Amino acid sequence: MNAWVLAKIGFVLLLILQGVPILIWLERKISAFIQGRLGPNRTALFGIRAAGFFQPVADAIKLFFKEDITPSMVDRFLYFAAPILVFVPPVLAFCVIPFGNQIGDEHLQIANLPIGILFVMSVLSVGVYGIAFGGWASHSKYSLLGGLRSSAQMISYELSLGLSIMLAIMLSGTVDMRGIIRHQVEHGWNIIGGGNLALAPFGILGAILFYAASLAENNRLPFDLPECEAELVAGYHTEYSSMKYAMFMLAEYAAMITMSALLTTLFLGGWHFPGITDINDHSLLGGLISHAVFAAKVGTILMVSMWIRWTLPRYRYDQLMNLGWKALVPAALANLAVVAVIEVLRGPT
Amino acid sequence: MAKRSLRVAVWLLLPAVVKGMLVTLRRFFARKTTLRYPEERHVPRKGYRGEHRLKKDDQGRMKCVACFMCQTACPAECITIVAGPSPWADRDKIPVKFDIDMLKCIYCGMCEEACPCDAIELTPTYNIVATSRAEKLYDINKLLSR
Repeated sequence: MNAWVLAKIGFVLLLILQGVPILIWLERKISAFIQGRLGPNRTALFGIRAAGFFQPVADAIKLFFKEDITPSMVDRFLYFAAPILVFVPPVLAFCVIPFGNQIGDEHLQIANLPIGILFVMSVLSVGVYGIAFGGWASHSKYSLLGGLRSSAQMISYELSLGLSIMLAIMLSGTVDMRGIIRHQVEHGWNIIGGGNLALAPFGILGAILFYAASLAENNRLPFDLPECEAELVAGYHTEYSSMKYAMFMLAEYAAMITMSALLTTLFLGGWHFPGITDINDHSLLGGLISHAVFAAKVGTILMVSMWIRWTLPRYRYDQLMNLGWKALVPAALANLAVVAVIEVLRGPT
Repeated sequence: MAKRSLRVAVWLLLPAVVKGMLVTLRRFFARKTTLRYPEERHVPRKGYRGEHRLKKDDQGRMKCVACFMCQTACPAECITIVAGPSPWADRDKIPVKFDIDMLKCIYCGMCEEACPCDAIELTPTYNIVATSRAEKLYDINKLLSR
């Protein structure tokens, strides 16, 4: 039993830590291809170039051997705590996300908390502290302003994120992650209304809102306001170097993975795909297939994020706040209200 | 009123986003323009203005008659000509010294245009490497030899 849990923890850590270099490689390749370039293609391991696949390895080695500079006026405790505080929440949140169906008696999920999604929300909102601390402790105007901006953005968008999560909860009728997926397996994915086709437009709208808010939560383009070369240099991690900086990068990509996994679980049926996976198939092969389906969905969402990143221009700060408070929040609220009314009129199922 | 139109605009944005993403998708699969440099080399188009050379006629004699037209036309003043008597009957002078300071040259091609004898030309050679300043001072022999 304990060995299983440890194995699953190790697997999820590996999934995230190994996923990040692959994502960085993908990001660089996709950006290059969209811009008519070839991207990294020189780095070779034992003479194998593999289209620059080992570039992130070279990057990581470079970051390891860089001088780790701690500016003299920083608040040491918070300065060191910030990268950890940014990185831990997305990884921790992943522990309630089911990354596959079931092998034997073991569910492919580290911990099945009955409060599932609430745990994810509460843990993810800690991430903003890391950014605020990083900005504050650096004792630099750039970092402070970047940290402030970033916290304001994350807090604003957490609202519409929460509201669209509420939609998924209402459609599934539970906050338990495994329950949400079971409901979607039995009735249909939440993006098409969770079994009630009349709710499909609201499901799609909810998924789009969740996606937009998650991009903003992760400080991804077109909402990457904390970083701004012209006025903020690198934002809250201006004063960080070497592996502490790498930790922030790692956290950004880990948060992307977690958010995509969350979107998959809440709206896109988790590890389920009709005709490929079977909830009653508890064999090793079935479990692996369900995990592959989950990974494929998460990967697709991540690639769409990168695609969006290299398509859209970024928002100005006031436009960002306008979009958050005047467009996304009212839309999410209205969406939620309409779905609530319909669900109540339909009665308990 | 302006604010309401902004709010509508935000939602009208979604189709535009999709349209933009289709554009980038097309670019994603389009031909890439990167040259993998040491393996692939850029081939300059016809008429590219690179390094100079002095032309020779069909008898292997230099075409230049030391008329100073190129030196006069040169906006960068990088050409220095010293004329001497010609050993051949068809012209009065030939250059005994014809130096081009390639560090001053701006590769504008004015010398080529000014030349009445079609004696100087800019070749498509563009990757010109030197390890010292002296190497970038091209004299008459170097210019004739290319």
